[in-house]
Amino acid sequence: MSATVPSPNAAATPAAAHKPDSYKPVSYAARLFKKPLALVAIAWLILVVICAVFAKQLSSFDPLDQELLDVKQLPSALHWLGTDVLGRDVLSRLMHGAGPTLIGVLQAIGIAAALGVLVGVSAGYFRGRWDKWVAQYVNLLQAMPFIVTALAVLMVFGRSMMSAMITFGVLASSGMIRVIRSVTLGVREELYIEAARISGLSDAAIIVRHVLPRIAGPIIVQLSLFSAAAITVQTGLSFLGLGVVPPNPTWGTMIADASAGINDFPWLLVPSGLAVALTILAFGLLGDALRDTAVETWARAVTKNAGAAITLDPNAATVDGDVVLAVRHVTIKALNNPAMRPLVNNVSFELKAGETLGIVGESGSGKTLTSLSLLGLLPPGTEVVSGEAVVKGQRIALSDEAALRALRGKTIGMIFQEPMAALDPCFTVGHHLTEVLRAHADLSRSEATAQALELLKQVQILDPEDIMGRYPHQISGGMAQRVGIAKALALKPSILLADEPTTALDVTVQAEILELIRSISQSHHMAVVLVTHDWGVVADICDRALVLYQGVMQETANVVDLFHNPQHEYTKALLRANPHNAKVGEPLATIQNAMLTTTSGEKMAVAA
Amino acid sequence: MLKLIFHRLLLSIPLLFAVTFLTFFLNSFAPTDIARTILGTDGTAEQYNALRAELGLDKPLVVQYGAWVGKVLQGDLGQSYFTKESVAGLLNGRIGVTVSIMAGVLVVLVVVGVTLGVLSAIKGGWLGKLLDMLSLFGLIFPSFFVALVYIMVFAVWLKWLPATGYTPFASDPAAWAFSLVLPIFSVATYTTSVVAKQTRDAMNDVMGRDFIRSLRASGIPEASVIFKHGLRNAALPVVTVLGGVMVAALAGAVFVERVFVLPGLGSLAVGAADQADVALMLGCTLYFALMSVVINLVVDLSYGWLNPKVRME
Repeated sequence: MSATVPSPNAAATPAAAHKPDSYKPVSYAARLFKKPLALVAIAWLILVVICAVFAKQLSSFDPLDQELLDVKQLPSALHWLGTDVLGRDVLSRLMHGAGPTLIGVLQAIGIAAALGVLVGVSAGYFRGRWDKWVAQYVNLLQAMPFIVTALAVLMVFGRSMMSAMITFGVLASSGMIRVIRSVTLGVREELYIEAARISGLSDAAIIVRHVLPRIAGPIIVQLSLFSAAAITVQTGLSFLGLGVVPPNPTWGTMIADASAGINDFPWLLVPSGLAVALTILAFGLLGDALRDTAVETWARAVTKNAGAAITLDPNAATVDGDVVLAVRHVTIKALNNPAMRPLVNNVSFELKAGETLGIVGESGSGKTLTSLSLLGLLPPGTEVVSGEAVVKGQRIALSDEAALRALRGKTIGMIFQEPMAALDPCFTVGHHLTEVLRAHADLSRSEATAQALELLKQVQILDPEDIMGRYPHQISGGMAQRVGIAKALALKPSILLADEPTTALDVTVQAEILELIRSISQSHHMAVVLVTHDWGVVADICDRALVLYQGVMQETANVVDLFHNPQHEYTKALLRANPHNAKVGEPLATIQNAMLTTTSGEKMAVAA
Repeated sequence: MLKLIFHRLLLSIPLLFAVTFLTFFLNSFAPTDIARTILGTDGTAEQYNALRAELGLDKPLVVQYGAWVGKVLQGDLGQSYFTKESVAGLLNGRIGVTVSIMAGVLVVLVVVGVTLGVLSAIKGGWLGKLLDMLSLFGLIFPSFFVALVYIMVFAVWLKWLPATGYTPFASDPAAWAFSLVLPIFSVATYTTSVVAKQTRDAMNDVMGRDFIRSLRASGIPEASVIFKHGLRNAALPVVTVLGGVMVAALAGAVFVERVFVLPGLGSLAVGAADQADVALMLGCTLYFALMSVVINLVVDLSYGWLNPKVRME
């Protein structure tokens, strides 16, 4: 989408009505601070840090002081968060407990960040055997149940929470290594790194000056999310009573104390639980906000099809008896940019049985959208705003999804541009065919198989029994397109939509597939709509052609007339640009800045 | 396929060695002397040396490890330093509880997690928001805290389920099931939302692929497009996440067994760590590593089953 990239000399062009939103670079921090959730998260974390550092100065009670006359108090003016089963002030204990938790998190983060950056960057930057070893190591760590190793460490080092948190940092660094390795790999492939290498900068200098600054973002995001996990581990282990020295408070031991009194004083669960939860939440939200800020662009999100109903025009003319498909006034718009000109603008055509119509145009001319709209299969973000189809005498508004769905397969068959991608990789060729057959008729498995074999013979597959048992990845592209055609023919539709059926295939296979489509359309007396950008294909098998440019019909005529006597400037330009007519030694003809008049009378420049 | 299984089993061997040797290795740094701990303060020097020889502590680390591995291969995991019971016997008597919890968690993950994920992918809207809320809840409350909340709500207030304790299956199957419900859901609360989110993302990705459009174009009913073709193709990334989540759930099981006072491997390992019972701890490490190997093996096998490309090779 070249239109959305702000061009360097944008200031020189006069402001246009459809000019994309002006884009001013805003610093990362400024965009981060615009997110209210990120601000709240940062504020909470700062508050926790202050409480941890100045716990002694800020709290009015000693966390270990037992007031046995004041046990199990609910919050009061004196004890803001109440007292526990031994009459100790909960708020003071929370503030004093914040320290060990944060220190544990810092220890785990420090080790994980060091390992992650060192191992991840070196593996991604130097590749080779080292990278393979690192991959093995990461796999090993990820399969390792962290908890038993942590328990083993705590067993050995007694009550040292630090050793457990460092172990956690080492074991959990695997995820960090993996992420950092993959982002480094991406940065390494960029041209300026190559340029730096050629200009003689040492690897160390390239990593420090060019790689690390680029991957700092993902690293910070990972660290933030990692912190959330580290708090869970720290509080979990101290909840188990491991790695702590009672009676000194930690958040984990406070939850353990609360669990002892869960029957008669459940309030105690609230302050300690919330402190843990809110701190994890703050790290999580901060991580999300950091990531969103890094990846957010000014592109608008794709909206889902809204599907406003189109009312049928009661005064519309009827169609002749031999017209199988009449398409009238199709207009398709992009939902996320209503001001943009329509993707398809007022396209109409008619088709008789046995006739083949080519819809010709360059990429983005709306030819595929037009054909998809006839089956109600428009991609998300686009919407039919007007148009109807008369299919075998039945009038259908193109917004009527149920009616269009009923046409699929039975009345209108469709073949696609990427034959391989059009087949589900998890199922065999035979399954694809029998599934279509059995979805529409009450057939036994063996009847469906027999019919499927027959279909494969029709598309001239020589050993249908063998092909039936194969998976899509085991057949060639040409074979896959034959299967696609067999699938489209399965229910004997009267109309076939072929969306660039040969574009993705080898030249020799292209001719075979076109010949197959032609012979089938003749033998089945089918109407074919062939979407293509290739004049050779049009000349080969189409009776008539419709030329689309930027969603607007330029010309529709007999193929013979069109080739010999094109009426429209754009058609002429497009014909001249046919690469099949190129002569050796002469530059290829392209469409350049030809001023064209569209049917709506508006002048527009055609870009190359 | 057999080759794949064999290959995976070979790959899992280093994991078993790594985990157990790590415990051995760490133990050599122990500032506390296990022989001294066992004997107490009034043991004589002769007793001390005899005990060290008996436990094999006077030999080099690698020799000790080799001897341990040799015995393990014969099914002998040694004796607990303190109770003198057979470690293998202790572990085998408790693994059933942990496996039951893990199996229950897996069922919840697959049934609830995948269903929620698929529904929120195809329905989107409020269900997607609800899923986000649930996963936020699961993310921010650690499993042991969730367990306490569940006890408070379902055992203390509503009195639907027992708060703590375990009834063996043999003595009363119904009571056995009831005693496991809260532990299973405590472990599964967070993990379910992880699986559901992954399922949603995978479904959204698959439903945007070309073959879905071509299935629709051939008039295949929407239910089979979603549940047969969509879900089948989305299954691969979901299974990957399921594997990781199940390994992580082992940690959840350790915490939750402690909260619900269940006689499983987790509470055994916590006890061993607390008492510095090295022999027992080594056994626990081995069993946890084995469970992780089994989980990863099952994940690999399902890759083969789900993906024809892997199956054929």
